[in-house]
Amino acid sequence: MIEAVKSRSRKRLITLTVNGEEHEIAIRPNAMLVDVVRDQIGLTGTKSGCSSGSCGACTLLIDGRPMLACSTLAVECDGKAIRTVEDLADGERLSPIQEAFLDQGAVQCGFCTPGMLMSVTALIASNPKPSHQEIKKALEGNLCRCTGYNAIFNAVLQATGQDGIKPIMF
Amino acid sequence: MNKMDSAVPGEQNVSYRQIGKPRTRIDSPGKVFGKTPYAGDYVMPNMLHAKVLRSKLPSARMTRLDVSKARDLPGVACVLTYKDLKIGTVATDIPAQTGFRRRDTDQQILVDEIVRYQGEPIALVAAESVEIAEHALSLIEVELEPVPGVYDVFEAQKPDAPKVFGDDNIVASYKVRKGDVEAGFAAAETIVENTFRTQYIEHAFLEPEVGLGWEDEQGVINIRTSTQAVETFRYIADAIGIPHSKVRIRGALVGGGFGGKCDVTVELYIALLTLKTGRPVRLGYTREDSFYGHGKRHPFIISHKTGFAKDGRITASKIDITSESGPYAFMSPYVLMYATEAGPGPYLVDNVHIDSRSVATNNMYTSAFRGFGATQACIAYEQQMDEAAKVLGMDPIELRRINLLKTGDAIATGFEVQSAVWTEECMDRAWAALGEKPKDEGAIRYGHGIAAYQQGYGRMIWLHDTAEGWVGVEMDGTVVVRSGMTDIGAGQTSSLAQIAGELLGVDMMDITVYNSDSSTTPLAGTSSATRGLYMSGNAVRNAATAVRNRLAARAAQHFGVADSDIDFADSRVFVASDREKSLPFKELIATCASEGIHRSELAIFRAPFGDWIDPETGQGQVHPDYTYGAHAVQVAVDTETGEVTILKSVGAHDVGQCVNIAAVEGQIEGGVAQGHGYALSEELIYKDGCLVTPSLSEYLCPTSMDSPRIECIILESRSGLGPFGAKGIGEPGHTPAASAVANAVADAIGARVHDFPLTPEKIARAVSATRDNG
Repeated sequence: MIEAVKSRSRKRLITLTVNGEEHEIAIRPNAMLVDVVRDQIGLTGTKSGCSSGSCGACTLLIDGRPMLACSTLAVECDGKAIRTVEDLADGERLSPIQEAFLDQGAVQCGFCTPGMLMSVTALIASNPKPSHQEIKKALEGNLCRCTGYNAIFNAVLQATGQDGIKPIMF
Repeated sequence: MNKMDSAVPGEQNVSYRQIGKPRTRIDSPGKVFGKTPYAGDYVMPNMLHAKVLRSKLPSARMTRLDVSKARDLPGVACVLTYKDLKIGTVATDIPAQTGFRRRDTDQQILVDEIVRYQGEPIALVAAESVEIAEHALSLIEVELEPVPGVYDVFEAQKPDAPKVFGDDNIVASYKVRKGDVEAGFAAAETIVENTFRTQYIEHAFLEPEVGLGWEDEQGVINIRTSTQAVETFRYIADAIGIPHSKVRIRGALVGGGFGGKCDVTVELYIALLTLKTGRPVRLGYTREDSFYGHGKRHPFIISHKTGFAKDGRITASKIDITSESGPYAFMSPYVLMYATEAGPGPYLVDNVHIDSRSVATNNMYTSAFRGFGATQACIAYEQQMDEAAKVLGMDPIELRRINLLKTGDAIATGFEVQSAVWTEECMDRAWAALGEKPKDEGAIRYGHGIAAYQQGYGRMIWLHDTAEGWVGVEMDGTVVVRSGMTDIGAGQTSSLAQIAGELLGVDMMDITVYNSDSSTTPLAGTSSATRGLYMSGNAVRNAATAVRNRLAARAAQHFGVADSDIDFADSRVFVASDREKSLPFKELIATCASEGIHRSELAIFRAPFGDWIDPETGQGQVHPDYTYGAHAVQVAVDTETGEVTILKSVGAHDVGQCVNIAAVEGQIEGGVAQGHGYALSEELIYKDGCLVTPSLSEYLCPTSMDSPRIECIILESRSGLGPFGAKGIGEPGHTPAASAVANAVADAIGARVHDFPLTPEKIARAVSATRDNG
């Protein structure tokens, strides 16, 4: 029993570049990236909704690729660049994607929003004018329980200069 | 007309400066920045981490519980079992404002002998880390001896069934007797009978339950938690045996609720562990904890027998309703009341006979879920209408048109609805928005479905619901609002800013809303029952109006005009009839401050109070008022695989008055998606009380790939009881969504699947049955 506790607590030193800032941190080998980012680095914008890779709330970018931080061991990220929701705005200036989420009412409870924003950021980086179907596909792993997704699709269309169509009728 | 006459707005058709506009909500910027602290983001120095040990069996007797090894584990600060509790039970009732409470329905906090559902908490652990707490759970020695349970609502009603609740397993029962139902059937040309079943479902809010507790310098147990109800502080205080004034619930912006964060969960365990250890304690549920640890949506079995005259008019409606409560009452009696009241739907029926009951079993307990029983009622009455139309050879829209309630008609309980009833217009516009039905192509068949509804908003009037709100103006002319209302993501706080801003002429972005604190914000009740805007909005409107009137009187004196000639906009105060005469708002405030004129107000709003409906006839008033509307859906069904694709979904509602149209659309669009999941894919499967689907990879919520184009049609009758004539839309946006899908699927395949969810297997089977019969 004591051995088990000891082995759990044996720490490894890794280097993560998070939002451009280098962090040298001691982590347990079984620590998940989401916990390291939230609890050790202190960036709580990234959310944890299921810890099993099925809701997408913890999506962040690892070397530019959208990954689930709850299913990624922090040790595997040694030397890699991590980008989280806190890095999207330039000070008080929102990124076009964040701006579009506000304009389109794509935020309700907001718990899925950081993960959504990171998935969209990755999508637009590789596909600057995604079609409606491509947007749906890119967000398949990000659950949202509040919005019904339409406002989010519209936000992505707006952010990519494709004018989201608001289904408002007065 | 000048604006001061609208000190009692809503009664008039005035144009507003902020109300009704599609404004960005005040809570949204923090959320896109990633700055908004949710309850789970708070930590404290010297904090402990908690875990809950749950029963693996649904029905058992605990013969041994030994926590000594767990207590001895280094790093464990505290292990609690039933033996450590001063009071063993906690209330499961609605935390209402009156002090009324059903004491006979309290729940055991930790198992003392009998386990009544799988996941029932047995022990609580607080330790220096989550890992140590988890390790400690594994060291607790529990012996559970299975005892026969009951897992079916009909079995549970048999005389020899194991008793889970009371002496007959009946948690609540009601009846409605209106007119003469037998005479109504005798007068009918056609009688249609059907039974519909709905399933257990999960709220699946993205943020699992979480909270952080600490004891402050006054000995108050503070709990920062993700909740829809700060008023639970009273039940927690009662359960841990300290005065109400010594428990403080401080909410945070909530990561989704849908009814699932109304009941007490983590906050009680946190309170017990904080009280015991004197240290801050954090308890965050895992997703699995969340599946096992809060009440679900009630499964219902609803049978309709409906008589129709030759012209399609309903002559009689006999309805039998059974809901499953699980082993504890929670909201089951109220949910059953909603389903009973809504039984015949938004239709004028003179002869009504309803029997309803909620039955205890050893499956998971059930409680509030968006729509609160009115949703399940809608699934039955709207499918019944389509089945009747088929039997009668009538168009489903026309059959509804003949029977829909109109403004002033009496509903099933005999209450005459005073606000506008615009169901017909909603139905016609939603249906028209679907457009032409595509032509079937091979195995792919297309279907259109409609569902109309009635949903009460506000609490049942015998709960004597009230809300308080505070509005004050700072010296620089910015405004502060205080309201106990929780914000579960639907824009509750933002609407309050918009209301105060409208009345005081200050932009909503210059308004700060403090909310969701049981000690420092005036209590406004839960964000549930579609009462958030109605109750807290009216309270804040009353407070802002009082401040406005006082400030206007001083401004009128300054300008030498009548009070009624003063208006407020753009952070200025001016003379409405001569807009050149104006002052910066903050100058007026400075004057008032120097003269000791009170710049704030605490106001109360009281919903209509009344007595219980007649227990023998079910006649009387249940809700203050009702929202009406309709959803229409277009689907494509692959008749070979049974797979359903929702192509288009339209929600049309009379919301009375939009406060924020973007937020209203959000409620409808989100309600639609949740309804789609309810109809097609979501199901908590319990096998003899054991959950088979305890994760989001087994429990299937709609994803972006499942999402159709959703269109919102928003009508404004300005006839509601909410601020400015608003009606509630929180639950209504969801109420008819699943029913419309079911009707569209039946239209596509020419057959009815009576049991939710409409899985591909059931649909394929129904298709092949029609082929066999055809």
